[in-house]
Amino acid sequence: METGKTKVISVLVDNKPGVLHGIANLFRRRNFNIESITVGPTEQKNIARMTITVNEDEKTIEQVVKQLAKLIDVLKVDELSQGNFVMRELALIKVNVPSSKERSDIINCVDVFRGRIIDVSTDSLTVEITGTPDKIDAFLNLMKTFGVIELARTGITALGRGAKSIRIDE
Amino acid sequence: MTKMSGAQALLESLERENVDVIFGILGGAILPVYDALCDNKKIRHILARHEQGAAHAAEGYARASGRAGVCMATSGPGATNLVTGIANAYMDSSPIIALTGQIPSTGVNTSYMIGRDAFQEADIIGITTAITKYNYQPRTVAEIPVAVKSAFYLATTGRPGPVLIDLPKNVQAGIADVEFTDKIDVGGYKLVGEPDLAKISEAANLLAKAEQPIILAGGGVIIAGASDELIQMSDLLMAPVATSFMGKGAFPETHPLSLGSIGMHGNPAANKLMGEADVLLAVGTRFSDRATANLDTFASNAKKIHIDIDAAEINKNIEVDVPIVGDAKVSLKMLHAAVSKKLQKGEGKAWTKRVKEAKEQLSPLLKELPKDLVPKALLTELRKLLPESAIVTTEVGQNQMWSALYFKALKPRTFISSGGLGTMGFGFPAAIGAKVACPNRPVVDIAGDGSFIMTEQELACSVTEDIPVTVIVLNNSVLGMVAQWQRMLYKRRYMAVNLGKTPDFVKLAEAYGALGLRATSIEEFHKAVKTALNSKVTTVIDVPIGSETDVVPFVPPGCGLPQQRGDY
Repeated sequence: METGKTKVISVLVDNKPGVLHGIANLFRRRNFNIESITVGPTEQKNIARMTITVNEDEKTIEQVVKQLAKLIDVLKVDELSQGNFVMRELALIKVNVPSSKERSDIINCVDVFRGRIIDVSTDSLTVEITGTPDKIDAFLNLMKTFGVIELARTGITALGRGAKSIRIDE
Repeated sequence: MTKMSGAQALLESLERENVDVIFGILGGAILPVYDALCDNKKIRHILARHEQGAAHAAEGYARASGRAGVCMATSGPGATNLVTGIANAYMDSSPIIALTGQIPSTGVNTSYMIGRDAFQEADIIGITTAITKYNYQPRTVAEIPVAVKSAFYLATTGRPGPVLIDLPKNVQAGIADVEFTDKIDVGGYKLVGEPDLAKISEAANLLAKAEQPIILAGGGVIIAGASDELIQMSDLLMAPVATSFMGKGAFPETHPLSLGSIGMHGNPAANKLMGEADVLLAVGTRFSDRATANLDTFASNAKKIHIDIDAAEINKNIEVDVPIVGDAKVSLKMLHAAVSKKLQKGEGKAWTKRVKEAKEQLSPLLKELPKDLVPKALLTELRKLLPESAIVTTEVGQNQMWSALYFKALKPRTFISSGGLGTMGFGFPAAIGAKVACPNRPVVDIAGDGSFIMTEQELACSVTEDIPVTVIVLNNSVLGMVAQWQRMLYKRRYMAVNLGKTPDFVKLAEAYGALGLRATSIEEFHKAVKTALNSKVTTVIDVPIGSETDVVPFVPPGCGLPQQRGDY
């Protein structure tokens, strides 16, 4: 898997049916590997933002960006440059709670990682945690000692730093 | 605003794009459009006998004329039968518009609706996403004019390509107020601007200093109508011009600086000199594997300049020194002006001499006609028999590669073949389309027996619709190209290549009401071609050739252009 560094690509697209299919199809057809993809509406009407992370070498990333830019539904593509963007991922983790002693241990960990407990039952806790993928990985490792029942990760979403944007001129 | 049906809105929109012909086959889900065609006086409908034929005919029309070709089919199998033709147009950057009928998007009968696996339903939007520049599925009558206008705009601008419009039956039949405007809906699509001046200047510096420059011209030169600019550039630099297979016709192959096409079955002089050049100017070409062979030895001594209208082609297959993103015609003009200022006249005599010598040694012309009907002689003779303006299409396989090697194309848009996809069965329907676009010029399909059988049913179309073309079947009773590979690369272990009792092509032609002729000597071939050119109906000329004739020279898979084997 580790063929290069993980790169984050921001893509603004027309928010309409079929767009995701076109993008997914491009990655499959050109043999590019998607690590994660998040999609959601933007502050601009009818425009959605996709944040795609790709683990490929420089040359392939250049092709990914160019091929994405060629798609009719794609309005703008931007490869977020190393260190010059902020990114977050959200994870929901359902953790096994064997006893009340472990329950307080888990809650301590959640506090340290600045997570939140969003659901409680007699033998489980569901934790919400936000951060970089590394931070979530670290937290997950801790939770494994208690037993992870279920996990949902969103994949990262990101924006470039500073006032600069790839906003579409209206 | 005018009240009309979706079908009428479609035809009106097509007329506004100056469409005069549609190649198609009808079926249940496209009936409203065919019903509207009853009242249309401007658009001719040509009934193909298989949708693949319709799609290839539309491409033949497009490539001969430079205008978008239109094909139409019903939903389900009609639409999926177009797929090969659409993929072909995508690979060869040809502007075609594919219109397909579709199951209704809404209706009273909810089991006969998109998404319910209704009779003859196929997700043609999903299926063609990877092989169209874009596709549309209007869900209201009012969206049709915008979809058609946008489709033609996308298909014909930038790097051209196929666009599909899928028309749900209820949208074809529905009545609504329709407005025809110049509005288009093309998302983030932008035309490329002027090429970067700094890059032009950088390229000019390289070219002005080059001692052994070479030009590689691709299909983009033909699409951009940049042949004159290409000739001027070649003359200015005294640079020999090789073409990719798709570029055949971009540069007159009788020009002293023409090297013919490069590649796996390229002209040896072109393949050899590509390795000797110090600067390569590549225009409108995508460096396909069949053109470059092994990349390590491709033009390995040359600094590379790459002009292409599609930015994604830059550095895709080959890393280049100077990329120029722009239209071939515009870029060549600017580059010509820039080089003119910098060039020292009177240089390059040694290179010109070397080019001449390489051509004479490696790619000798036939001194005298051989007694036997060998492809080289046949195609050399065919060139003499056809006027410059004649359009030649080919099938795929040995017939195609012999044509590339020995049939000299003199003008752009006169050599039409399936380059990227390599679709057997392309040539004949494409010839029909080309003939419709250029009714006053002879159109000849150079075919093999294996390929011709794949779309031979279009004889019915060409005879019934009065579209006379000539088909020359180089008949070796085998699937020759794969047989050659089995012979050369699989120790002569032949499997599934022998066509056994191929049909009698003379009788086959006659069965369709076409003219069938057979030529077993050069004299008979002459006579047959002359008869065909004067014939009022499509003529099939059966030319038996040896079943073990190879296409040589040949660059074996994995090898580089310099490792070409066999004599021209």
